[in-house]
Amino acid sequence: MAKITAGVGCSHTPAIGAAVDLGKTETDYWRPMFEGFEASKKWIKEAAPDVVIMVYNDHNNAFDFKMIPTFAVGCADEFPIADEGWGARPVPIVKGYRELAAHIVQSVILDEFDLTIVNEMEVDHGLTTPMSLMFGEPEAWPVRVIPIAVNVVQYPPPTGNRCYNLGKALKKAVESWDEDLNVMIFGTGGMSHQIQGPRAGLINKEFDKNFLDDLSRDPERLKDIAHLEYMREAGAEAVELVMWLVMRAALGEKVDEVYRFYHVPASSTGVGHIILNADNNE
Amino acid sequence: MNEKQHEYEDLPGTWVFDAQRARKGYPLNNFFMSLMKEENRKAFLADETSYLSQFKMSDAQRDAVLKRQWNTMLELGGVVYCLAKLAFTDQHSYQYMAAEMTGMSEQEYVDMMLAGGRSPDGWRSKSETKESAQGDEV
Repeated sequence: MAKITAGVGCSHTPAIGAAVDLGKTETDYWRPMFEGFEASKKWIKEAAPDVVIMVYNDHNNAFDFKMIPTFAVGCADEFPIADEGWGARPVPIVKGYRELAAHIVQSVILDEFDLTIVNEMEVDHGLTTPMSLMFGEPEAWPVRVIPIAVNVVQYPPPTGNRCYNLGKALKKAVESWDEDLNVMIFGTGGMSHQIQGPRAGLINKEFDKNFLDDLSRDPERLKDIAHLEYMREAGAEAVELVMWLVMRAALGEKVDEVYRFYHVPASSTGVGHIILNADNNE
Repeated sequence: MNEKQHEYEDLPGTWVFDAQRARKGYPLNNFFMSLMKEENRKAFLADETSYLSQFKMSDAQRDAVLKRQWNTMLELGGVVYCLAKLAFTDQHSYQYMAAEMTGMSEQEYVDMMLAGGRSPDGWRSKSETKESAQGDEV
């Protein structure tokens, strides 16, 4: 049977993608951040996932304003890279897993999560920068990816509690797939950041540290953080952290923290990163 | 009927993109979205006024685009991720646009971020924000 073996939390920004694509990862500005992912790249190479469920948000690239799905699952065989306004990132096309995605959709909808089914979709930096940070710059990505796009652009995003419960439903869906697969789940976005208005640049390291701590210590506290609290304490765009809660809940009750890294800044963002092993013996 | 007041409207220096703002911003955001195509970016830069006439935006929205008044674009319903497409079309980075919104030079903004970013202290509600910092200087 398929199992979710581990979860990865990871921020995303267009600037991280640009630093990779323009060969700037060794500059004084970027080196400390990219060094923080060296251990993660080794870890994931050894852990060798077959499939990654990528919980991320689109930044008005796949979805315009005609339709704004709250949760959307990418069910295509492949996902081309979006041109976000400066040309598409020169990274490999993202390969999907249509059969497993279809199974997940069917399972979670009957579990009362009415996800939108997407059969054609481009993916943006929200999905591709965590791929670059974890897998480097390969000719082809070494995993198949099932994108789950969460609306965090138009207020309100789904609540933390809703995201947390979706994570539980995803775990059940994956475990009812009859193929031996090593599945990982990524929660992307965050951590503290605000990229709009006179308040841009807001960072709250203490909020971020407590969030990272409580992913293993007290995830139940995290699921009840209100949108206003994210926005007020950690910046308007910190509300993206609800996506990490999908990841966390999909790992089951207990987790082992394997690695964490935190760095300010990547452009306007507090970059947080964590690797959590699922306890599949519970 | 008056639009309901929300708690998040008390966040200083922030325009939350909610349903009402989305409604007002629809034509403005459709313009930004058009900049995802290279030929459109070229056409816009070649003649901004004529390019903008395709979109049913308000005069105030059009004026804010032409003057690159980033905060006004937010206030009038622009989404920051969409505004970024205009910044990219101008060959600027996200960081440049964020700096412009704060009224800092890009270097001052970078320095603030390298020093750990803006503290939330003093920025949790409009009542505790010292500077008014609520829009573009015109």
